[in-house]
Amino acid sequence: LAHGAGGRATRTLVEAVFLEAFRNPMLEPLGDGAVAGELAFTTDCYVVTPLFFPGGDIGDLAVNGTVNDLAMCGARPAYLSAGFILEEGFPIDDLRRIVASMAAAARAAGVAVVTGDTKVVQKGKADGCYVTTAGVGTVDPELRLGASAARPGDAVLVSGPIGDHGVTVLLARGGFDIEADLTSDTAPLHGLTARLLDTCPGRVRCLRDATRGGVATVLNEIAEASEVAVVIDEDAVPVRPAVRGTCELLGIDPLYSACEGRMVAVVDRDAADAALAALRSHPLGTGSTVIGRVADDPPGLVLLRTSFGGTRIVDVLVGDPLPRIC
Amino acid sequence: MRRVEVRVEGVVQGVGFRPFVYGLATGLGLAGVVGNDADGVFAEVEGPRGLVAEFLAALRRDAPPLARIERVRVVEGEPRGDRGFAIVRSDGSGARRALVSPDTATCGDCLRELADPGNRRFGYAFINCTNCGPRFTIVRGVPYDRALTTMAGFAMCEACASEYHDPADRRFHAQPTCCPDCGPRPRLASGRGEDLPGDPIAGCAALLMDGRVVAVKGLGGYHLAVLASDETAAADLRRRKHREDKPFAVMVAGLDQARSLCEVGDLAATLLTGAGRPIVLLPRAGDGPVAAPVAPGNRHLGLMLPYTPLHHLLLAATGAPIVLTSGNVSDEPIAYEDADAFARLAGIADAFLTHDRPIHIRTDDSVVRPFGGGGSVLRRSRGHVPAPVTLAWAVPRPVLACGAELKNTFCLAKDTRAFVSHHIGDLENYETLRSFTHGIEHFSRLFGIVPEVVAHDLHPEYLSTKHAVELDGVDLVGVQHHHAHIASCLADNGEPGPVIGVAFDGLGYGTDGTIWGGEFLLAGLASFERAGHLVPVPMPGGTAAIRQPWRMAAAYLDAAYDGRPPEGLDVARRNEERWKDVLSLARGGVGSPLTSSAGRLFDAVSALIGPRDTITYEGQAAIELEQRADPAERGAYAASVTAGGIRGADLVRAAADDLLAGVAPEVIAARFHNGVAAVIVRRCAELRDACGLSTAALSGGVFQNLLLLGRTVDGLRTAGFRVLTHRRVPPNDGGISLGQAVVAGARDVTSRRPSRATRRAT
Ligand SMILES: [Fe+3]
Ligand SMILES: [Mg+2]
Ligand SMILES: [Zn+2]
Ligand SMILES: [Zn+2]
Repeated sequence: LAHGAGGRATRTLVEAVFLEAFRNPMLEPLGDGAVAGELAFTTDCYVVTPLFFPGGDIGDLAVNGTVNDLAMCGARPAYLSAGFILEEGFPIDDLRRIVASMAAAARAAGVAVVTGDTKVVQKGKADGCYVTTAGVGTVDPELRLGASAARPGDAVLVSGPIGDHGVTVLLARGGFDIEADLTSDTAPLHGLTARLLDTCPGRVRCLRDATRGGVATVLNEIAEASEVAVVIDEDAVPVRPAVRGTCELLGIDPLYSACEGRMVAVVDRDAADAALAALRSHPLGTGSTVIGRVADDPPGLVLLRTSFGGTRIVDVLVGDPLPRIC
Repeated sequence: MRRVEVRVEGVVQGVGFRPFVYGLATGLGLAGVVGNDADGVFAEVEGPRGLVAEFLAALRRDAPPLARIERVRVVEGEPRGDRGFAIVRSDGSGARRALVSPDTATCGDCLRELADPGNRRFGYAFINCTNCGPRFTIVRGVPYDRALTTMAGFAMCEACASEYHDPADRRFHAQPTCCPDCGPRPRLASGRGEDLPGDPIAGCAALLMDGRVVAVKGLGGYHLAVLASDETAAADLRRRKHREDKPFAVMVAGLDQARSLCEVGDLAATLLTGAGRPIVLLPRAGDGPVAAPVAPGNRHLGLMLPYTPLHHLLLAATGAPIVLTSGNVSDEPIAYEDADAFARLAGIADAFLTHDRPIHIRTDDSVVRPFGGGGSVLRRSRGHVPAPVTLAWAVPRPVLACGAELKNTFCLAKDTRAFVSHHIGDLENYETLRSFTHGIEHFSRLFGIVPEVVAHDLHPEYLSTKHAVELDGVDLVGVQHHHAHIASCLADNGEPGPVIGVAFDGLGYGTDGTIWGGEFLLAGLASFERAGHLVPVPMPGGTAAIRQPWRMAAAYLDAAYDGRPPEGLDVARRNEERWKDVLSLARGGVGSPLTSSAGRLFDAVSALIGPRDTITYEGQAAIELEQRADPAERGAYAASVTAGGIRGADLVRAAADDLLAGVAPEVIAARFHNGVAAVIVRRCAELRDACGLSTAALSGGVFQNLLLLGRTVDGLRTAGFRVLTHRRVPPNDGGISLGQAVVAGARDVTSRRPSRATRRAT
């Protein structure tokens, strides 16, 4: 099960099974999507418990997630496909609700769902409803975005407070009555990325949406792929008080908690101010901040400067987080 | 006439062994040579039979105090009619197996010279000789020679050189030999690094007496010092270091001053004055001049005696005990490089007492508590490292054991020697992780050990595990955490097992992927079987439940009263805001891994009787619970043993009932300790009946608790058990690497034992 948590176990699985079998130059970077000429293409499967949670449901998650994967390639999303796997007996009203929120999300994102498929499996062979979406979009072929493009000196930004989606879903899953003012941050980010790319042409190195495994995992991928260090400031990482409180209660580090409407951007140091201003000028990026910078040493590691001036290693989790303290 | 070739192995370099051999041989009128090589000391000796025999007998009997002879090999040769005796040059070739000595406290001879106005080293802060001084912390490589130490940059003056070359002198080939003319110099600098005028040591003492914080460069790193009696300065230091409660150590000039602060029995005095000069944790006594913020709310105080001439001079100048705590911020490792220290400690220290002899490797102070006839080691580091633990059985191939995550040490083992590293610390800290990887390289070079087998913990997130699995070309051996604890205890005692192992600690990754920590193992070196444990309880919020012991109280109370904890408990009132949420977490299972940890049980009871809700250093709640317990109380709570394990919740329930009935916390704490000891004895007896083993080995961080350890050992002995406890390495995770190494070695033997046919063929 740990293979889905978004950490090293997922990566090992992906590399061992899929990359091995499918190996080709477009797949190799294991980015959020693939770019061929002016075309960007991506696909994602959505499995979430519960299906409905404060701030969203599996439907808008499936649209926004795929839109965001295209956006992170620097693309303008155009068309989506949608596939459904339904467990026998899944309430039709729930399905209607999911599809309606997909439609609303697609409308809001300015994309069209143009094809799809549905399968029903026996009761017990699936958990309610799974959704798969694929998306195509157009992209400037000159863009060179990627996890391996970060260079020492670059600034590292996030587009707003982190961790909302992950703790919201976890709390909604628990079935316990813990009160917290939490909603998922699910949102389409292509407007935000477009504004950033327009403002700082050629100065953006890398864009990643911080989904499973959170900001920590994304930063580790960048550090490893670019063979650089990423050094972030504990005090600079934006976390909403309700999220911080719930994370504290649950013993979760917000850095590892998933976001569905936040991205990490690595930009040339000289463009950091302009990038920040561009992001903040967009409604989905008002809470953007610079959280750290790229350094040359130690390559492949993410370090956190703590409030006390210490330096903690922010490692990729191998599986589900378990305490390490003896 | 007889001629012998003699080879001496062990700690025999840098301890005056060659001059000793020279003196011995020339005194007996024997001819021949003596020298160092990569294996140790070699000698060729020729003369009348009776005198050669006397030479060989005296070699072991009269060896210099710092020497630790592991093996003497004698090969008979043909007499050649040699004349005279000579010391020959060191030879840097061959395998590197000679042992570097630990750093050693200033000896009596040097102290006398230090205090003698007629001596040319009068008042010199770096006086040393073959019998004392820095070793491990200044060694860059082997053989142990000045050129390969951080003294290489100091050219000896004529006077020093003649002592160094004179076989009759105490400083013959003492590598750090120096004097005020040619050696390192102390320097007093402001917080910004500018030189301050006057005598550095007198100046430092004046600043301390004026209430300032001074960073003092010692053997293995920088300390931060304040006058121990100065309330304001001690509180300042706490605030600047961001260290809330963890006690500071205090250096006293001698035993008299120690007695003015603490109860110092014979054993404590022996530990305090030992050449390793550890910090010794002792019960406070009287009202000696120690300010409250030095060790807030703590009935014990960590004392140490001066171990370098600089410390002796400083303590003489202050005339009063001083706090000497690690030079760092919060959980950072101690600063040891000058530039780094000046940068990192700038906001903490008002001044620096430093010097120009570099420290090659960061080494923290060792910490022990008197127990039984010896000491219970809490941290094995300066003064003890790198002396190897001699194994009763050789490891077939060289082993690297990567240790645990917190209190990390690593261990390199080859043949019968296990080199357990100095205290490395918490690997999550990047600086610490670097000293882990660099330390392994350094030890590997120093002792010529190239590991072929690498042992690691089963916890996939330990950075030590991740280090191990990324190594190429080695055989990996995963060792379960508590098996490593018990194996460490076995190795410490030179026993192979099998034993009934009781591993009680905070937590470790189990073979079933859950978190263990209150374990009974039937264990040998190669394998073990889980034969009992505490009933698992949820840790609400995982790591948060470790930092906030009150959450464990909530989880345990919930289990103890079947989901209906009684009203009126203070711990619930104190944590009202989150109490319900945490119970809800525990019941829902989200973010609440199950654990059989004994440490968490101690946490729960500590929080229950209060008021410790949040800890600021590891083990704080349990330490306070131990200190609180009334040692005279003999009552014990009962815990039932069920198919699911030992019900720790029974103990919590009994404690809560007593608390509600108005029983004093001191009595509750004691009854709880006694109850845990009793149920350990009971479970061990059941296991003895079932499997016939009658030796019990106790390990794990919970056994740093000497009240529990004492009660458990007594109970087991009364029940007829042989009991093994730690002697040289700590029961806590600092001992894990040794256990991993011997398990890996034992498995290597088992898995590689060649069949008869192949053995004949080789
Ligand atoms: Fe442990
Ligand atoms: Mg995706
Ligand atoms: Zn000496
Ligand atoms: Zn000199």
